[in-house]
Parts: sequence; structure tokens; C-alpha cells
Amino acid sequence: MRKSLRAALVFTVLATCAQAGDWQATLDAAKGQTVYFNAWGGDERTNAFISWVGEQTQDRYDVSVQQVKLTDTAEAVTRVLSEKAAKQDRGGSVDLIWINGPNFVAMKDQGLLYGPFVADLPNTQYLDLSPGAPNAVDFTTPVEGMESPWRLAKFVFNYDSARIQTPPATMAGFVDWAARHPGRMTHPNPSNFMGATFLKQALLELTPDPKVLQHPVTEDGFAQATAPLWTWYDALRPNMWRKGETLPENQSVQQQLLNDGEIDIAMSFDPASTAGAIAQGLLPETARVFVPEGGTIGNVSFVAIPYNAAHQPGAMVVANFLLDPATQAHMQNIDVLGSFSVLDPARLDDQARAAFAALPTAPALPKLEQLGPTLLEPHASWTTRLTQEWARRYTRE
Amino acid sequence: MTTSADKALRGCVLAVLLFGVIGPIGAGLLQTGAASVGVMPALGADAFDLAPYRTLFAMPGTWASIRLSLVTGGVATLLSLIVAVGFCAVTHDRMSRNAAARWLTPFLAAPHAALAIGLAFVLAPSGWIARLLAPLLGLERPPDLALVNDPLGIALILGLMIKEVPFLLLVMLAALTQIPVRAQMAAGRALGYGRGLVWVKIVAPQVWPLIRLPLLVVLAYALSTVEMGIILGPSNPPVFAVFLTRLFGSPDLNLILPASAGAVLQALLVGAAFAGIWVGQFLMRRIGLWWLRAGGRGSSTEPLLRLATAVVLLLFLLGALAMSALAFWSVAWRWPWPALLPETWSLRAWAGSFGGWTHALMNTLILAGATTALSLALAIAWLEGEDRGGRGRARWAEVLIYLPLLVPQIAFLYGLNVLFLRIGISGGLLAAIWAQTLFVFPYVMIAMSDPWRALDPQLERAAASLGAGPWRRLFTVKLPVLLSPLLAAMAIGVAVSVAQYLPTLFMGAGRIATLTTEAVTLSSGSDRRVAGVYATLQAGLPFAVYGLAFVLPALLYRNRAAMKGGQQ
Repeated sequence: MRKSLRAALVFTVLATCAQAGDWQATLDAAKGQTVYFNAWGGDERTNAFISWVGEQTQDRYDVSVQQVKLTDTAEAVTRVLSEKAAKQDRGGSVDLIWINGPNFVAMKDQGLLYGPFVADLPNTQYLDLSPGAPNAVDFTTPVEGMESPWRLAKFVFNYDSARIQTPPATMAGFVDWAARHPGRMTHPNPSNFMGATFLKQALLELTPDPKVLQHPVTEDGFAQATAPLWTWYDALRPNMWRKGETLPENQSVQQQLLNDGEIDIAMSFDPASTAGAIAQGLLPETARVFVPEGGTIGNVSFVAIPYNAAHQPGAMVVANFLLDPATQAHMQNIDVLGSFSVLDPARLDDQARAAFAALPTAPALPKLEQLGPTLLEPHASWTTRLTQEWARRYTRE
Repeated sequence: MTTSADKALRGCVLAVLLFGVIGPIGAGLLQTGAASVGVMPALGADAFDLAPYRTLFAMPGTWASIRLSLVTGGVATLLSLIVAVGFCAVTHDRMSRNAAARWLTPFLAAPHAALAIGLAFVLAPSGWIARLLAPLLGLERPPDLALVNDPLGIALILGLMIKEVPFLLLVMLAALTQIPVRAQMAAGRALGYGRGLVWVKIVAPQVWPLIRLPLLVVLAYALSTVEMGIILGPSNPPVFAVFLTRLFGSPDLNLILPASAGAVLQALLVGAAFAGIWVGQFLMRRIGLWWLRAGGRGSSTEPLLRLATAVVLLLFLLGALAMSALAFWSVAWRWPWPALLPETWSLRAWAGSFGGWTHALMNTLILAGATTALSLALAIAWLEGEDRGGRGRARWAEVLIYLPLLVPQIAFLYGLNVLFLRIGISGGLLAAIWAQTLFVFPYVMIAMSDPWRALDPQLERAAASLGAGPWRRLFTVKLPVLLSPLLAAMAIGVAVSVAQYLPTLFMGAGRIATLTTEAVTLSSGSDRRVAGVYATLQAGLPFAVYGLAFVLPALLYRNRAAMKGGQQ
């Protein structure tokens, strides 16, 4: 008994040493590399944060970061795919991707990702990676160390409190609200992930048995689970902005409509984005956040490394730096980005906890507890099926 | 007469075109074509199968989307042609070509994407026009009207026309210099024909062969535009090119196969539209002859001409408003409905993105410089080769030059990227320069060809008789005389290079940030102010070069009245 304990102890120490040694090797290999970080470029604050990350990693590890600004994450996926088509299995042009669930599932299935690498990052000690934890599952697909978390995303609505007093309390409540305020709400096109999330949020609330959404979709199950959703949507649609015939391309365009006064309600996957947009002059001072009763869909934003990335060590250094408690606290600062941290507060030391506690607040920035419970994303197959069915029903022929 | 050196020159130019232009486009089309019949080893698809086409047509909205493309592209091109002809009939004798070119410059220089962003703000229910009317109509909130992204694509048609009409006017004015319009007009009027009818019956048939290819270019663009389609076009379904871009960008990678099938279809669509023009031309020839012989005098065409002129002026006004809207946004901070001008002003958009736009500006300048220089050299080599061979241009050569503009970009860019990756130059400046040159060269050729041919051959003969060799004649006689059109071609080259979006994005692996790639990326975000900064620069840069193209010859040759090299 004692022997085995000692053996286990020795093993742990050795493993830790080996890991430290490996990490030093990664740091050495990363020196002087430029990491091409492919990330959506439509948000100036995120762009500025990424360029700050680059300055920091340059100073500390001699790794520079070059953001490749995407209009859509799929651009980077397509690029890796065309490199695979050209048999360019090394020296690829994409080093690090800010990836979302559906793209992650696609890349993982096609063998386009490098890894598992997450366990090698020293800063994962601050993460809750237990099976089923939000950091370990992306759209119900196990992460298995193939992508590293960096910020929390949670679906929220925002509205201009100068124009409306009481926003709808539930997803079902949108029908009545829209009937009373015709033409004042819309959602992004479901071919965009934000539009798809809006439908999923409604589905979670309206479907008879939300548990089936956690399993791959079946034809019968789909018809049964989504019937209330389509009834709801058919009632809502005639009172939507432009009768639902035209939809904004993405959530940024929708935010612009809110700012222009064309609509009264918009949505976002970042609870801090409203306060951020006010600071940027992109929304009126009176803009506020609300969530429907019962909570909203939440997930984690990840970064992944393509299988053929030219600068894998550098990419790992950047992924690790993103998880540094000081970096996460800087990121959660509303004056910087305001995104909630992915770290587990229980695993932080006092100094790090104090850094988070000292962050400034803003009137439009909701407290974590105001956001209600976090609902799990349905299985990825539901997203595909849902957007297909929506397109079949509502695309003009 | 022709020496072996002259033959070598022509051979060289032809080889460059074959391997530099035709090869890549052909290879790109081949890759796309293979994927469209289910052959794409990277996805594990390697069996010939028409399933991608079946999948494509089973998708909701495919047919509606194709129909939308045909209608918006066709109507925009047809209307542009009609109003341009009408405008020319009214103004050609009152406006010198130089003056016209100066007028048209800003519209030619403004990139499609920038113009579309600005126009969307002018037309939108919460936009400039609505804000102007709001106090009069007592509007508290923007009206819920589909004024942009309307299901019929009217906003898109307007946007396309604002860009197409100036281009067609420029081409027409150039073509008119080769026709004795004034004499024919006088003769026609003396026989009692109305001004418009002389134009349609006598002048237009002569102009037509000279503007046919440029018109096809316009049509091909209108049928396959992505940037304008996204910003101004309908959204559900969108025009076909946007539909395909969404498919190419879908998280489900297997959709690349039906997307490729769609890209092939897009190419066929453009081909079908060309065939339509050919049929129209055939019919016109038959009907036109009968119409001509009927001898109607049509003195009542005057109101129609005035209408065409009014439409053109309205388009110019909208375009000017769109560009100024962007300039205003770039210095705004808060600009909410229904304020006509920004509520608070700020240079933060310029200062905040300073690092970004200076970097993008540098890349843009490098690319524009390299591609324009390359295209000019190639164009001069081609034209000089024609001169020395002593013959005109064969039709196949004409089509060859225009090929990159006639094939929709989306049909071959993906395949071209795979090819560039194979030879190991993708993701670099070189690849981006190469890809952009494909599109810059044809425009430079359009701008250079006519002045070059119009050059007085006596000048060269005189130089030859004084003992100057062919190279010396080229560099000390022809090129200096042609300085003005050379600079104009350079300005067009720069404008085209600056506006390139998809080629820069694909071939530069997204790493080469230019003003245009940044402006389009930012227009997917919600910050009109930063987009305004980039779009202002994007439009300003070609504008500055155009300005230079007018000022420089005037300065250099201020005491030489005849040094206008072919420009009337």
C-alpha cells in the first residue's frame, strides 16, 4: 500500500518535471516565431486585445502575433482544407484559429486539427477540465484536448431602455411583444451562427423534452421536438422587422440597426458587448442587457491549431498566455474587452482573485448572477437540421 | 519587314499571357469543375458523381437566387447601356473627353464595396434621405420599409448602375472619337431625323462593336458581384454569387462540393447571358435594318433623351452622396437617428486605427505599384508587338485579354489557390500580385489601346527616317507623346488593383491586409466610422493618382499644345 503510494508520488513528480521540461522545449522552439492568429475581425475591441496579446508574448517569449482578420471563421477552415487538397501537410498558413462549435466539429471530423495539446499548457491548472465541464465539451462534442478555451460566451439580448420599458420575459413572450410593437425586432440570418443560436434558444424553451436535444437528431424526433418552435415562429414572423423577409447578415449589422433606431431589440453572444459598444459610441448610453427567464445558451470560445500549422510551438505559447490569470483579468476588464473569464475561481490564488475583484463596472454590464443559469448547446446535428428546416420553410422560391 | 527580334517580342508577350493568365484560370476552372462532379480528395471524395448538382438544386432558394442574379444583373446592365447612350447623345458635343473623364473619375475610382456601404446609408429607412424627410413627414422612428436589401434587388440595381454608367460613358466617349459624329449628326438632322434617332439609327450601330466587350465585362461583373450583393442585395435568398459564398463559407465542409457545382453554374450563367446578347444583336440587325428602311423620323425622342440624362445625373448625385456619407462617418462619434449630421465629432476612428490603416495603406501601395507597372509593361510590349508586326489585333487575342474579366471570379479562384499552393507561392505578396495582375492588365489594355492606335504614324516614320531604331523610337518618341494616356491607364490600373477583394483575400491567405480587405471585413462589423476611414482612403488613393494623371502632363508639357497623344 505504502509502496504503491510512494510509486504514485514519484510518478507524479516525474510527470510534472517531464511536463515542465517539455514546456521549456516548446518555449525554446517558439522563440522568434510569428503566429498567424486567424480571428473574426469585425470587432475593433477584440482586434485591439489580440494586438495587446502580441505585444506581451513578444516581450515575454519572443513570439509575435499577427492577426489575420476574417469576415467568417469558415474562411480559415477553407484555407486549411485547400492546403490539405494541395498536400501541403507542413508549413501551413494558419497557426491559430478562434473557432466556434460547428467549425470545430467539422475540422475535428476531417482530421484538420493538431493535438491533443491542451494538457501540455501549464496554465490549464486553472481550468475545470472535468468531463462534461463547459471547457471540455463544445456543442456536445468532447474537446479531447484539441482546442483551448479563452473566453466565455453567453447568449443575451440587448435593448434601448429609452425606447422600451419592459422587454419580453420569455421567448414565448416575444410573440405578444412583437404584436404590440410590429416591425421592431428581428434576428440575424440563421446561416450565421447568431441567427441559429436565436432559434436554438427558442427551441430549448419551447420543446416538450429538452433532453433529446443533447443527442444526435433523428427525423421523427426532429419533427416532434420542433413543432412548437415553428408554430411560435409563424406567429412571430409577420410582426418582425420587414415582416421577416429581410434579415440582417450578422449580429453586428443588427446592432447597427438598433443604433440607427430601426429596431428595438438586438442580441449578442457576449454579455459585455453592450457596455463595450456604449463606450465605443456604437450604442446609446441607455442600452441595456436582458435575458429570458430560465437562462440562456452559453458556451466557451476556443482557439485551435491546424494539423499543418507552420508555427505550432508559437501557437501553443499564445494559447497558454491567453489562459494566464493576469491575461484573463485584463480581458475581463470592461475597458478592454469585458468578456468573462474561463478560469475556475476555486483554482486561483489570492492575488489573482483580488485582480478579478478589483475590475471596474459599468451601468450596462450585467453581473454574472443576473444572467441566470447557463443552458447547454444542443448537439451539433440539431443546428444543421434546424437551419436547413428554417431555410426550407422561409426562403422565397 | 519583321525581324526575328520583333517576333521574339510577340512570342514573349504571348507566352506570358498563356502561362500567366490562361494557364492559372484554366487550372482553377479545372479544379472547381472536378469538385463539382464530386472529385475532391482532401474531403475523401474521389468518385465521379453528379450528386453535388442534385444537392445544389435541392437546396431551398437556389432557383430564386439564380433568377435574382439574372434579373438584377441583366436589368442593371441594360438600363446602364440605355441611359449611357441617351446621355452621350445629349452631351457628347458639349463636353470634351478630358472634361468628361475628370467628371467620371471619382465614380471610376470608388471601389464597389465602399460605394455600396455609403449608398446603403443614404438609402436605408434610417439613412440620409429618410432623415431629411423625417421632420417633414413627422417620422419619430425610421419607417419599416425595405429600401435596401429589398426582395426585388432594386437597391442592388441602383448600386450597380452608379458604377457601370460612368465606365460605359468613358468607353463610349473613347469609341466616339473614331466616328465622325458631328458630320453624321448634321446630315441626319438635315434629313429631318430627331437627335435621338440619328443617334440610335446611325451612331449607335457604329459604336456597338467598339463597346461590346466592355459591356460584356460589365454584365459579367453585375451577374457575379459578391460585395455589392451582400451589402445592398436581398438576403433570403441572396443573389447567386452571395449564395455560393455562403456555401463556400459554411461550417459543413462537404458543402464545398455543391458550392463548386454552383460556381460552374455561375460561369454557365454568365455564358448564357453573353449568348443572350449575341441573340439580341442578331435580332437587332434584322429588325434594325427593317426599321431603318421604314424611315421614321422620330422627332419625338427628345423627352426620352432628357429622361436618360436626368437618370444619369441622379445616379451621379446618389454616388456623390454615398461617398460623402462615408467621409462624414469617418469623423463622427455618435450619429443617431434622426440627426442629419453627426451629433459628436471625433478623429478617434482615424487615430485609433492609425496602425492598422497605415499598414494596410503600405500593402495597398506596394500591390498597386507592382501590378500596375507589370500590366503597363505587358500592355506596351503587346501594343508595340502589334505595331511592329504591322497588323491589327485578332479577335481571339481580344478575348484572351478580357478573359479574366469575363469568367466569374468565384468559378476559378478556389481552384487557383490550390494550384498556387502546389507550386508553393500562396499566401505571399507574389501570389497576390500575380492574381491581381490578372484583373488589372485587361483594364490597362482597354485604356491604352485606342490612344495607341490613334497615334499619328508620321511621327514614327519621321523618327525612322532620321535613323532611330525601333527601341529608340519607342522610348523617345512614342512613349513621351503618349504620356497622358499612359498616366490615365496607370490611374485605372491603380484603381482596379486597390478595389480587388477576393483575389487578394484568397491568394494572400488573408495575411496581406489591404484597404479593401480591411474595409470589407469591417463592414461585416457594425462600426461605420472605421469602415468610413478605410473606404475614404480606399477611394482617395485612386483619386489622387487620377489627379496626378491629369496634372502631370499639363505641367510637363505646358508649353507644347500638341503633346496630347491621341486624346482629343
